[in-house]
Amino acid sequence: MKQELTRRNFLRVSAITGGGMMLSLSFLNNTANAETVADTAFSPNVYIKIGTDGSIVIMAPNPEIGQGVKTSLPMIVAEELCVDWKKVTVELAPLQAGFGRQTAGGSGSVRGRFTDLRKAGATAREMLVAAAAQTWNVPVAECMAEDGVVTHKSSGKKLAYGDLAAKAATLEVPKNPTLKETKDFKFLGTRVKDVDAYKIVTGQPLYGIDTRKEGMMYAMVARPPAYGKTLGSVDDTAALKVNGVKQVVKLKNSVAVVATSTWAAKKGREALVIQWEAKEKLENSAEHFAAFKEMIEKGTNPSRTDGDWEAAKQKASKFLDVTYELPTLSHGQMEPLNFYANVQDGKAELFGPTQVPDSVRKQVAEQLKIAEDKITISSPRQGGGFGRKLMTDNGVEAALISAAAKCPVQVQWTREDDMQNDFYRPAEMYRYRAALTADKLLAWHQSGVGIGRAIRGDSYVAGAIENYKAEGQGLKSNTPTGWWRAPGANTLAFVAESFMDEVCSELKVDPVAYRLQLFEAAKQKPVGKLDYNPDKYKSVVELVAKMSNWGTKTPGVFRGFATWFSFNTYVAQVVDIKLEKGKPKIVKVYCAVNCGRVINLSGAENQIQGAVVDGICHAMFPKVTFVNGAVVEKNFYSYSMLKIKDAPLDVVVQFVPSEEAPTGLGEPALPPIAAALSSAIFAATGKRIRKMPFAEQLV
Amino acid sequence: MPKYSLFVNGKTLQAEADADTPLLWVLRDHLNLVGTKFGCGVAQCGACTVHMNDVPLRSCSLPISAVGLNKIVTIEGLSEKGDHPLQKAWEELDVAQCGYCQAGQIMAAAALLKKIPNPTDKDIDDNISNICRCGTQVRIRKAIHVAAKKQVK
Repeated sequence: MKQELTRRNFLRVSAITGGGMMLSLSFLNNTANAETVADTAFSPNVYIKIGTDGSIVIMAPNPEIGQGVKTSLPMIVAEELCVDWKKVTVELAPLQAGFGRQTAGGSGSVRGRFTDLRKAGATAREMLVAAAAQTWNVPVAECMAEDGVVTHKSSGKKLAYGDLAAKAATLEVPKNPTLKETKDFKFLGTRVKDVDAYKIVTGQPLYGIDTRKEGMMYAMVARPPAYGKTLGSVDDTAALKVNGVKQVVKLKNSVAVVATSTWAAKKGREALVIQWEAKEKLENSAEHFAAFKEMIEKGTNPSRTDGDWEAAKQKASKFLDVTYELPTLSHGQMEPLNFYANVQDGKAELFGPTQVPDSVRKQVAEQLKIAEDKITISSPRQGGGFGRKLMTDNGVEAALISAAAKCPVQVQWTREDDMQNDFYRPAEMYRYRAALTADKLLAWHQSGVGIGRAIRGDSYVAGAIENYKAEGQGLKSNTPTGWWRAPGANTLAFVAESFMDEVCSELKVDPVAYRLQLFEAAKQKPVGKLDYNPDKYKSVVELVAKMSNWGTKTPGVFRGFATWFSFNTYVAQVVDIKLEKGKPKIVKVYCAVNCGRVINLSGAENQIQGAVVDGICHAMFPKVTFVNGAVVEKNFYSYSMLKIKDAPLDVVVQFVPSEEAPTGLGEPALPPIAAALSSAIFAATGKRIRKMPFAEQLV
Repeated sequence: MPKYSLFVNGKTLQAEADADTPLLWVLRDHLNLVGTKFGCGVAQCGACTVHMNDVPLRSCSLPISAVGLNKIVTIEGLSEKGDHPLQKAWEELDVAQCGYCQAGQIMAAAALLKKIPNPTDKDIDDNISNICRCGTQVRIRKAIHVAAKKQVK
């Protein structure tokens, strides 16, 4: 049984967990379900609270952005703790010392925390077992824990964790608790639904946008309408006359309207008369691509050279020389950015969507000259991340507005704000060249250029062939770039694997068999540094071939294949398409994954299916175009996203059985799908698609 | 500001808002029904889908002055205990990832099941156009089929 949180009770919890942060969280946040907390008697570390009533709270330490870690991370604790999951309450942790790296990024949450969370659970279990053994005056070895109960094996005596909690709290915390043998795992690897599933389907407040606080005002911000423009004069006379508008606050390069409702803030913003001044060059996407072309023609900076491209060229009887183009992309997470901030009396309460709460706190501290320990920050469940919230702008901006307006505010972005003020997946262009004989790939040459950063060159086929050259260069631009689901890999996999399919066609070899041959070559005689494990690559290629009955033909169905390795995880995919009125219709996708041990089978499969569909969406439909520094595609009417009619009817997922520690899952299934799809389209139509979005090429 | 009476989830509720305020923001900011989500504001993404007289409606694009006393149902009013066949199917199949768009997806699907109790894949394609960047469409389709079967039972 849980009891309503009382102040007295909560202080007790805080004292046990050793921090005052929890207190502020519960009053700040009406969406994070922190109102019910067990009458905690035992809390050996920050992750676990066990009440005398047997209630168990497990904290999820990392931001939940849809990658499922609010479920999967506590599952790891629960496995070692030996509790009944149905009796566990999960809470998202605020930013607090003791929780380690509280970041959502790089598909790193599970792989980074697996061992520590096991230890956290094992510590508590060991102490509860010891408490039982002491109570019964029997050796610890004669006792076992299961489903929240300790049993004395020979006598059959039982004590529940709730009854042991008070005694366990008096024992010394073991430094090196004994972890379970992994073969004894009962819970990890099973299908567990998202801990918030019921709240999600019933529309309960869960997200930053749902924050409602006493005295809270709603704010919208007028930001520069184009990159290169800055704030000039502001006339707020009309804005202040809008019903519900309370204040207009000028920031360094933007103007905030503070009002009694979101709509009033929006209308107030529309009534502002602002002169934006062009202080820098106003850039155009067409110029970016023209610059890319020139850079590639002039030659860029080599990042890897194996063997001798020039010498290999002399021996070749055939050449391939093709260019691929990828547009700028926006993040398009479904919850437009927002943040709540209450800055008063030298203190700040911050609550909202971020993948990096620690960075937000640091920057707010810096900009507002407030000590970090006077700033509390926590995050609710978030409506998608995809890398957008690795940037701190939304949180910092809200704090600045609250400080200037001297009231608690929720700053709400519109979709148009998100589109024009993003840190985009950079546009890129690649030139690929191959030197071939009738039956051999002699040499491979990749040049990649993009806005902002150069392209790396150690991924396969490097290591598998004798002559390999990669080069690249970044283009300086005032259009901002950032991290976008599977950064780097999301473009490189498309171009490299599409080109590999072109090579296979040219050599008249089976694309699956040829990959296996390359990985075997890399294993037997690696050329230069090997950045991947050929056996693991083979494990997914072989599995997906089996899953899809590769090599068999179904009339009217055309197939494409691709494989990629990112975030320590190996993925291989086969996509089946049909042609409907000459246009591709994706029927089914097969996906094999080697990601070490799977924690939550349902969540893991969901991530893979989702990344596949996400990858299809962004291969097919959207693009961002800059004209004079402004984004042309201002909302979803022109920034086209996939609809259910465009999605595969099924995405079949299998994981390579593995006893190894878990690797990344949120991102690795996205990169290869675009190449698999373009190869299937080639199989169906004979047309190579070398430019995204595909839909524009299929007209 | 003008006052309006609305009929939402079986109750008559009052709201004081400018005539052009979209129903979405009246629900969220004035009536504290935050289950209906803002995604685009231009009737493209479907996150704000509610029912008006059993027909799906993108609430971001209908001003309060046009709502009248038409019967509005939001995700909070779809069922009393969260046990609409679609809600149960969504839970069973663990559809959600971030979950943000799912209230709108469920409302769109509920309107479809009212019109076509046992929809084909083509019916789903023709009637559901909500956006989900997480890519849950495969499970959404399955959940609609599962819910349709539950309804029959």
